[in-house]
Amino acid sequence: MRNPIRRRANWVIVVTYVVALLLSIWPLPDWAEPFRPAWLVLTTVYWCLFLPHRVGLLVTFVVGILMDSLTGSLLGEHALALLLVAWVTLKLHLQIRVYPWWQQTLVVLNLMLLYSFVLFWVDGMLGYTQGSLLRWMPVLITTLLWPWMMQLLSALQQRYQVS
Amino acid sequence: MFALHRPQRSPQLFSSNPAGALRTLLLMAVCIALMFYDHQRGHLQKIHAALSTLVYPVQAAVNAPYALAGWAQEKLAMHTALVKENTRLKQELLMDSVQLQQTAALEQENARLRELLQAGAKLSGHVVLATLLAADMDPFRHMIVIDKGADAGVYEGQTLLDARGIIGQVIQVGPVSSEVALITDPSQAIQVQVNRTSLRTLAIGGADVDTLSLPYLANNADVKPGDLLVTSGLDGHYPAGYPVAVITHVHRDPAEPFASVTAQPVADLDRGHDVLLYFPAVASAPVPKPEVRSTKKPSRRRPR
Repeated sequence: MRNPIRRRANWVIVVTYVVALLLSIWPLPDWAEPFRPAWLVLTTVYWCLFLPHRVGLLVTFVVGILMDSLTGSLLGEHALALLLVAWVTLKLHLQIRVYPWWQQTLVVLNLMLLYSFVLFWVDGMLGYTQGSLLRWMPVLITTLLWPWMMQLLSALQQRYQVS
Repeated sequence: MFALHRPQRSPQLFSSNPAGALRTLLLMAVCIALMFYDHQRGHLQKIHAALSTLVYPVQAAVNAPYALAGWAQEKLAMHTALVKENTRLKQELLMDSVQLQQTAALEQENARLRELLQAGAKLSGHVVLATLLAADMDPFRHMIVIDKGADAGVYEGQTLLDARGIIGQVIQVGPVSSEVALITDPSQAIQVQVNRTSLRTLAIGGADVDTLSLPYLANNADVKPGDLLVTSGLDGHYPAGYPVAVITHVHRDPAEPFASVTAQPVADLDRGHDVLLYFPAVASAPVPKPEVRSTKKPSRRRPR
């Protein structure tokens, strides 16, 4: 990190998170809203996987709180779900990194199930459980997006030498 | 995997454990504590206000293309289209002013009758224009952000209207923006009365954005599709007499104690258009600044 070129590449991480937040609230037609991928989970999993010494729990917590404010959910709801995802990813990052892409996708499926379950659980306690089948739609879509998202982010990481 | 080919600094790879169990547990405890206190509304107002300022640029950025499209449409509109719109608006104005003349007469008559009944005079409030930002929030709730906050005198629980009827109420006030729960949000209920019969009941939100349900109407209640529901004002919250919804469906099952009645909101609950913030005439509400429409940049001043 003493290398000035490396240090400058911090902005790439910030930009990916900001774009993920933008996409999370981008207006969609009503029918398409339940199909919105969890961009924030993909971004968090990627950076925790490949830059665990830079993007960790604290960054995840801050981004999660910002997401809570953006979506108007209970403060800490998305932060808690993202923290769990980040924690599992960080714990297993050395293993997951060497998996072939389809095994990584399976890992992301499980992480998304965990994430959606926490959100579902908190919302259930508050009494907002309507549309419960559609709730699991983002799990599928986000999982299917992982291979492409990984290609994109790793291309970015290599292009700007983020490490 | 490319990440493995990159030279890693070995001391960092093994010495520091990025997923320390203690740190994880601590942060999760913070999250749970935040949720707990946030659930009891009012405890975290300051944090919410500060965060809403922080994320306002993101919301504004998402809204920008829509605002730009609207602006471009205005600027690039053809002369003939503008003339046509102008004619149409003039006609609408004429119609509305004719109706207003009647309203003035009716208002006077109403006041006279109220005097006879020795009932208190009905106070009418005033409204301030705001814009619904085109930004989605939680997909399973019906909430929306408006571009007015504490700087325009917005307060929690304030009613939001559009040209046709009630939209919802403010549930979170930030310095420059506010969150609004639509009447169809699962957490919302509104006291209404059937305009035709003055029958009072509750309309509650649910999963669908264009449906309100009226679960507490008896099976023999006098309601039929097409009836207009207006606010009763008895909840002491929404101003009385504003249109809320039109009944779309009445299903009476003799085996059930209550009829199953649904209604469709009359207000346009879509995003990205102008709405009105209602300020009641009573002195209990904070007095707003006189300015109407402002497009201020988010200021970093402290919330209240």
